[in-house]
Amino acid sequence: MFVVLLVLAVVLGSVVFHMWSPWWWSDIASNWVGMDDTIILTFWITGAVFVAIGLFMAYCIWKYRYDKNKKAEYEPENAKLEWALTIITTIGVIALLAPGLIVWNNFVTVPKGAYEIEVVGQQWGWSYRLPGKDGILGTTDIKNINDDNPYGLNMDDPYSLDDVLIDGDDLHILNNQPLKLNLRALDVLHDFYVPQFRAKMDMVPGMITYYWFTPIKTGTYEILCAEYCGTGHYAMLGYVVVDEQGDYDEWLSEQMTFEEVLASNGKSDLIKLALNKKNDF
Amino acid sequence: MIDKKESIIKQLTQKPWESAQVKVDNLHEGKTFNLHVGKLGLRYIMVVSTIMFCLFIVTYSDRMVYDDWVRMPEPFLLWINTLILFISSFVFIRIQLAAKKNQFEKTRRDLILIGILALAFLIGQLLVWQNLVEAGYYVSGSPANGYFYLFTALHGIHLLGGLIYWAMTIKKVWNINNIVIRKAKHTTELCAIYWHFLLAVWVVLFGLMLFS
Amino acid sequence: MAADSYDDVAKSKDSIPALEVAPQDLYHAKSFWTKYIFCQDAKVIGIQYALTAAAIGMVGLVSSWLMRMQIAFPGLIPMDAAAYYQLVTMHGMIMVVYLLTALFLGGFGNFLIPLMVGARDMVFPYVNMVSYWVFFLAVLILAASYFVPGGPTGAGWTLYPPQAITSGTPGGDGLGIVLMLVSLAVFVIGFTMGGLNYVITVLQARTRGMTLMRLPLTVWGIFTATVLALFAFPALFVAGIMMTLDNMLGTSFFMPAIVEFGERLSYDGGSPILFQHLFWFFGHPEVYIVALPAFGIVSDLISVHARKNIFGYRMMVWAIVIIGGLSFIVWAHHMYVAGMNPWFGFFFATTTLIIAVPTAIKVYNWVLTLWRGNIKLTLPMLFSIAFIITFVNGGLTGLFLGNVAVDVPLSDTYFVVAHFHMVMGIAPVLVILGSIYHWFPLITGRFLNERLGRIHFWVTFIGSYSIYFPMHYLGFMGVTRRYFEVFEGDAFTYSITGINQFITVAALITGAAQFLFFYNIIVSSKLGKKAGKNPWKACSLEWQTPDVPPTHGNFGKDLPVVYRWAYDYSVPGSDNDYITQDTPPSAVANAKAEQT
Repeated sequence: MFVVLLVLAVVLGSVVFHMWSPWWWSDIASNWVGMDDTIILTFWITGAVFVAIGLFMAYCIWKYRYDKNKKAEYEPENAKLEWALTIITTIGVIALLAPGLIVWNNFVTVPKGAYEIEVVGQQWGWSYRLPGKDGILGTTDIKNINDDNPYGLNMDDPYSLDDVLIDGDDLHILNNQPLKLNLRALDVLHDFYVPQFRAKMDMVPGMITYYWFTPIKTGTYEILCAEYCGTGHYAMLGYVVVDEQGDYDEWLSEQMTFEEVLASNGKSDLIKLALNKKNDF
Repeated sequence: MIDKKESIIKQLTQKPWESAQVKVDNLHEGKTFNLHVGKLGLRYIMVVSTIMFCLFIVTYSDRMVYDDWVRMPEPFLLWINTLILFISSFVFIRIQLAAKKNQFEKTRRDLILIGILALAFLIGQLLVWQNLVEAGYYVSGSPANGYFYLFTALHGIHLLGGLIYWAMTIKKVWNINNIVIRKAKHTTELCAIYWHFLLAVWVVLFGLMLFS
Repeated sequence: MAADSYDDVAKSKDSIPALEVAPQDLYHAKSFWTKYIFCQDAKVIGIQYALTAAAIGMVGLVSSWLMRMQIAFPGLIPMDAAAYYQLVTMHGMIMVVYLLTALFLGGFGNFLIPLMVGARDMVFPYVNMVSYWVFFLAVLILAASYFVPGGPTGAGWTLYPPQAITSGTPGGDGLGIVLMLVSLAVFVIGFTMGGLNYVITVLQARTRGMTLMRLPLTVWGIFTATVLALFAFPALFVAGIMMTLDNMLGTSFFMPAIVEFGERLSYDGGSPILFQHLFWFFGHPEVYIVALPAFGIVSDLISVHARKNIFGYRMMVWAIVIIGGLSFIVWAHHMYVAGMNPWFGFFFATTTLIIAVPTAIKVYNWVLTLWRGNIKLTLPMLFSIAFIITFVNGGLTGLFLGNVAVDVPLSDTYFVVAHFHMVMGIAPVLVILGSIYHWFPLITGRFLNERLGRIHFWVTFIGSYSIYFPMHYLGFMGVTRRYFEVFEGDAFTYSITGINQFITVAALITGAAQFLFFYNIIVSSKLGKKAGKNPWKACSLEWQTPDVPPTHGNFGKDLPVVYRWAYDYSVPGSDNDYITQDTPPSAVANAKAEQT
């Protein structure tokens, strides 16, 4: 009969662990409160089911323990009971799914006016690109990548030259501004994940993926690569800083545009080429 | 012997513990289909390889729609190879008819012919590969090339597998006597079905590469 | 309607003679080699499968020890990141494919299917033998990858391109990944041969009176899982071949243009996501290829040891079939954040949560079988109870991950690791352990040692639950999986060092308990208590063989004739609390079956 106690201990122990666990999510720093709420809702529903099944099973094991003078009941099925349970389960599932789908709909619908930036992952670090003064990211092609053009920007794209390149430094973003991250990988899969923002999406070479969020709390947050990307995966970390307007502007003014990067490398011929294209445009 | 085939839905909604059902069930023979296991086994293999080819075709059509898709030329030799497969299937129909009528002389002669045709087809396919490689269409050249070599190789491997079964058929048909006559006919039948299947697969693959 | 059940049947006809069937061409072994090595008897093949799977499974178990050591006590066992990722990869691949799949279908399938359906052997014994040896070859190829330069692949068990075949991944630019892919392809070929036997034996070689709805749920589970494998494994095969070509011949099926470490590789235009679709089109049904046999087997264990018919047999069969069908339209729930079209999320979240309904029904019916039963707390029953708890826990966390919006923060964290270990690692393994305690007396004629078994049970259940339950909470915090160095991230609300050490110690103890179990098997097979015939008083056919252990040909001179379903336990009016499937109605004339 120890097993009855064991079942009870496991069920109640799980509940107690859940309530007292110091391991829990950090305070949210983005607009995705809906994800947290859906998790909490799921916790209540699934937790209730877990406890109910566990306790009922413990009761059955104790109550119907073997007695050689007794016989089990012969009941092949009970259609009414089974249908009732099916319907209750279906209702529970709908209660979980509906809010989940609503949150997902928000997640995949990028609001108009979201500020677009680019995050580039490669083994094993992050770099970023901001659209610059024209507010538009220049197009890229992986075939353009060389030492002078590490992002593979298209030289004949008029939006390219003023793009701000942040290579080997922290990313700063503006508080309370909806942000669309365009995600690009140069070599293998990566995933840009900041636990406090809750959102994540894989970066896939050969295509541009995206997600959006609005930071709601200033501070410095750690980036973890969340998709296995080779031997250095565990070390693919970085920081993103959420600033108020003043700090953000100051930081932005210190960054170099693509044009400035080219100039500093003495590649004025390339700039000229690009500028000609721009005038043609 | 009761052989009223019940629909699968009906079978799965039986209540096996009810007395009326018990009476019916006690007379059940234990078979689900009125089919020889060999035939069912062959169908199983054909289903698995159909799924495999379908998955390849799905990925192929997925890739095809990109605008960097470059078509592969179809050497004239491929048409001849296709013709060879059609002839093989035709010969196998003759074999099926002959075996049914116990004309094993004819069956033997035609089975040998099948072997020659199969070898001709395989050699033909290898020649196609050689021509294409000489013309500079390497396997890594473009996705279309990759798929072409992959499809032809897999189809060829299926034919090689078929030749193993063909050898077993030959063995049975050659040592024919009254005891194994049913078995020999059965094996011949299965071998024929497989060859028709290979023709069908080839027609689909060739058609796909032709019209993409 | 309550009617006399067997009385009228008994009056009209006593027992029906076995069908006049042509004697199956049984291969009779003549030498040691054909009897124990190249054997065509499904029972021997089943044991060969089980032993091979267990042997390679030990490599998987020890791998998990080593990587847990690295997570909790870095430096204690010297290893670099490459070695760690190789351990992670091989652990996953071995456990999922070479242990669980091979053990459930190759091991239990071979041993139990012919016995349970009342056949002398599989329908194609020769193909069956070849199937095992092809599997053995696959295991050898897998093992060989440990000994090539660069070692085995460290691409993670999902083998995602591009990293699987690029130089930044251990084994990615050497032979490691090639051997892995070849081994999988060989495994699929071997498995297809085995599956051919399982499916056709169940369909065509049942004994007289054995209708589909009289089959034990074990057979239903293994049968449906095999059909799933029939559809799912070709996807793995196709993906494996295409990736091998990408690697060896430089094709670009899955490889886009990439720049790795400043060097532009020659690939262009392939799609890494396409691989993921193919992989999970195999990978999700694979979960059920492991789970469905476990569902079936545990139903039988619970029923036998609770002395009660399985509750809602028909619903159980339907649930198995429906889960099997649905498992083919949910695969992309592994890819919610993989960069596929985000609108797929709506579809796959809905189908995924629908699967919860038939799965829940199965759980209810297991518990309702205990209800008003007469429960013997034997070892198989204890493991079944542990399975229900573990499976319910793991199944419910599946509702988090299947619900697309909730998956976004949790994917690629330890929550996922904890979830899939609970639901398709520990839960099926508990069933395997329970069923070994259950069928060991049939295989060897002896019981396993009870005292060792109890210790094994307590340590295994409490240990595995302590490993994986707390692990979910690391996932909530955002601790990402597949990190070689566990570090205290800024986002973590509490230190993860202590809990990781606790988990590792629990894993070491739980793993050690399995060696106790192996010891028990070895010793008890020679010295265990003699079991005799049908020691658990079970109804199904495998216990009704004239010899225990069953000999070649299984059923002696005549095949059994089946007169009832597999669950006539505690039938009102009968003297015993069980009536075996081959008991003719006249022998139990007093028994009345209640109608519902």
